[in-house]
Amino acid sequence: MNLFYSKKTLALAGVIMGVIAIILAAAGNPGNMAICTACFIRDTAGALKLHSAEAVQYFRPEIAGIILGSFLIALATKEYRSTAGSSPMIRFILGVIMMIGALVFLGCPLRMLIRMSAGDLNAYVGLAGFAAGVATGALALKKGFSLGRNYETKKAGGYMIPGLMVLLLILSVTTGLMAASEKGPGSLHAPLLVALAAGLVFGAVAQKSRTCFAGSIRDIILLKNFDLITIIGAFFAVMLIYNITAGNFHASFSGQPIAHAQHLWNFLGLYIVGFAAVLAGGCPLRQLILTGQGSSDAGCTFLGMLVGAAVSHNFGLASSAAAAATADTEAVIGGPAAAGKAAVILSIAVLLYIGFVAGQKKAD
Amino acid sequence: MVEVDARGLSCPEPLMMTQAAMKKNPGETLKVLVTEPHTRSNVERYAKSQGKSVEVTEKGSEFELIIK
Repeated sequence: MNLFYSKKTLALAGVIMGVIAIILAAAGNPGNMAICTACFIRDTAGALKLHSAEAVQYFRPEIAGIILGSFLIALATKEYRSTAGSSPMIRFILGVIMMIGALVFLGCPLRMLIRMSAGDLNAYVGLAGFAAGVATGALALKKGFSLGRNYETKKAGGYMIPGLMVLLLILSVTTGLMAASEKGPGSLHAPLLVALAAGLVFGAVAQKSRTCFAGSIRDIILLKNFDLITIIGAFFAVMLIYNITAGNFHASFSGQPIAHAQHLWNFLGLYIVGFAAVLAGGCPLRQLILTGQGSSDAGCTFLGMLVGAAVSHNFGLASSAAAAATADTEAVIGGPAAAGKAAVILSIAVLLYIGFVAGQKKAD
Repeated sequence: MVEVDARGLSCPEPLMMTQAAMKKNPGETLKVLVTEPHTRSNVERYAKSQGKSVEVTEKGSEFELIIK
């Protein structure tokens, strides 16, 4: 049992996940996106026509794979538990907020690390915001924040989302029901079987190792525990070595793929992701893993993320990427428009309310 | 024996509750109840890192950890 949690095994988990990210990028996924949870949930929402941003529509087998990888390994190792009932609607809203924040920054914490490893300095600004958000969430926990207990529910409850992902995956392959980008990030993807296999292994490894980007910083702040950060550190090290040796490392704020240099909004975008993730008990990736191992509560957060992606693109909350001028187009500074900025501010207010008022034990 | 009922709670609440109970009742035996396998391993590892011995019993879908 303890073998799973030795520092070496945790580091190995990070290395495996890093190698998977590299394989996916080499096999056709957008380079510094590789296996970004938020980006791929956003693409999946596009494929399901929940939004109509043409450049980011594709049913990502990785998302189905991560959930199913977690589901299968949880079943195999008797860790599957069908649970529900811990403030599902609050968790749904936290999912919406996590996605709004991620799409203002342009990436979840996983992509933040991938961007950092390629020298994107904006991602380091994002990291500062993410850590500040996690610290704010940790403070709420210290003050007595809790979403309450979950309870065991019908065993089949936890089968619903993994089952839905299988169905959607089959439909995406066998029918033309889903939207698929012809250009832009959504058009760049690894072959189906590579993406699916990568997702399955990634999900299984993340489930066994309890990988969580928010949890890794939270555990240092609250518990002085460095287990989870070991995985993240190893993942980052693998990506950094790869990017340097492959000549992909360019330290700069500008000229980075699918990024913008609006520092305040990079900071605040990931601030709300970190804050919401701690309140929800895990980062976007961890929510997929918990969904797979039977948590209907995490499933609500996942559905919230899908809706959050749709809201972000339907109402112009998502940032645009910076772009240099070309012969035909003018330069784009990138970053969020007024609606995106307003959504971030509103999200902060909602998180403060949930974290320090509504979610406090004394509020019951 | 001091009892900590952390059944059904999200990370890291069970661990924080265990930590607080250990601080408040130094030297006392703790009984910690959890439901999730990952919570059980987190609490177990934490207690061991504090030099405690841990005995785990699986009771249905729950785990009982006796920390001495």
